[in-house]
Amino acid sequence: MRVSPLRLLRAIGAVYVELFFSLPLLVWALLFFFGLPKVGIVFDRFPSAVIVLAVFTAALCAEAIRAGINTVPPGQGEAARAIGLRFDQVLTLVVLPQALRTMVGPLGSVFLALIRNSAVVALALSVDDLMWRSDQLNTDTARPVQVLLGTFVAYLVLTVPGTLAVNWAQRRWAFGR
Amino acid sequence: MSIASFIDAPGPRARRRQRILTVVVVVALALVLVGGYRRLDARGQFDARRWEVFEQWSVWRFYLYGLGNTLKAAAVSAVGALVLGLGFALGRTAPNRAVRAVAVLYVETFRAAPLILLMFFARFALPKVGITFVDSFWAVVIGLVAYNSAVLAEIFRAGIEALPRGQFEAARSIGLRHGQMMAHVIVPQAVRAMVPALVAQLVVLLKDTSFGALLNYEELLRKGQITGEFAKNPLQALFVAAALYAPVIFVLNRLARRLERRPAARPVNLPAEGGAVLA
Repeated sequence: MRVSPLRLLRAIGAVYVELFFSLPLLVWALLFFFGLPKVGIVFDRFPSAVIVLAVFTAALCAEAIRAGINTVPPGQGEAARAIGLRFDQVLTLVVLPQALRTMVGPLGSVFLALIRNSAVVALALSVDDLMWRSDQLNTDTARPVQVLLGTFVAYLVLTVPGTLAVNWAQRRWAFGR
Repeated sequence: MSIASFIDAPGPRARRRQRILTVVVVVALALVLVGGYRRLDARGQFDARRWEVFEQWSVWRFYLYGLGNTLKAAAVSAVGALVLGLGFALGRTAPNRAVRAVAVLYVETFRAAPLILLMFFARFALPKVGITFVDSFWAVVIGLVAYNSAVLAEIFRAGIEALPRGQFEAARSIGLRHGQMMAHVIVPQAVRAMVPALVAQLVVLLKDTSFGALLNYEELLRKGQITGEFAKNPLQALFVAAALYAPVIFVLNRLARRLERRPAARPVNLPAEGGAVLA
């Protein structure tokens, strides 16, 4: 939306991103959790957590994608138009394929952040996830060092391969301009 | 690439189509907003009794005290994270292989862990191993410093590596040792180039102080939760907390964006997309 020809759509895109950038994730999580039932949309804890994470991460993705599109030189878009492509063709055939390569890194970090963010949202909404379980286990066993170190390792197992994959993809598709 | 290069100036037909689409979007948006408002209203969310606690100055003082704690935790963590982050960036670019290995291990470990887990670890595990001064404030600070120093180290490192090779070679050729080169030539330039990315990360740090609410650290979000429990208006109490967060974060975001556009923050010969590499 932020590159749309419609000024209104651009504005909506900008407001959406600005909105989710201007408040902490946890505040959004709780606002959704308490607010949505009040407009008649009732979800279980797990779907609520998923929705909050999706809506919040969408804003992060939008910024990463826009930054990627911004790295494509204007001449590319102009050239595409000059050979008679329509707006959607310019975007899908010329600009996005080029932008995608510079987006890999930032988008990868967004998804890794998503894994980390899931911990805090789940804990706040008491969703039965890795972080919440380890909190329970910690309370039950009173062995914080062992329990939390174990959870730490578990999260590393989840995220470190992702980091490596992103680094690899970035090198793989790197190109000079 | 700006929008101007994607589309031709619209002709009469395209302009009409755009106008119709604009109206459609406005109507759809208005329907959603009005619908949401009416449903909230039907459930009494705008009733005076749910808002009247905010007529008391003491409630606002309660919130502002929380905002103060938010800013305090953010400020202390920011200083700690900047210092440690620069340290680990220097470690990662050090000539000594062992130093480099330690820095890489630290950065990659703490960047990959969820922040809330680091805070929990500081709160519950550190006291068990003899570090007993850790209350909820220090748990928040330790968690934030551990995570953000790793992230900031990568930003500093990107700044160092984006400098032209000639800067390093020139510094060595006038006889500076590695430490002198870093202190007098490399770091000042790298930091200047990275100011926008650093500020952006510090805004994230400020937002992440809200995780402290889950450790009962009495920052702004926690104050909102407590108010909501007492006055039985969780949504309204959260809304007020959000309304206090928003201006602070908005101003800082604006500042970060302005710094990004200001060319003086960048040495002349540095590639303009230096910041985008790690965004």
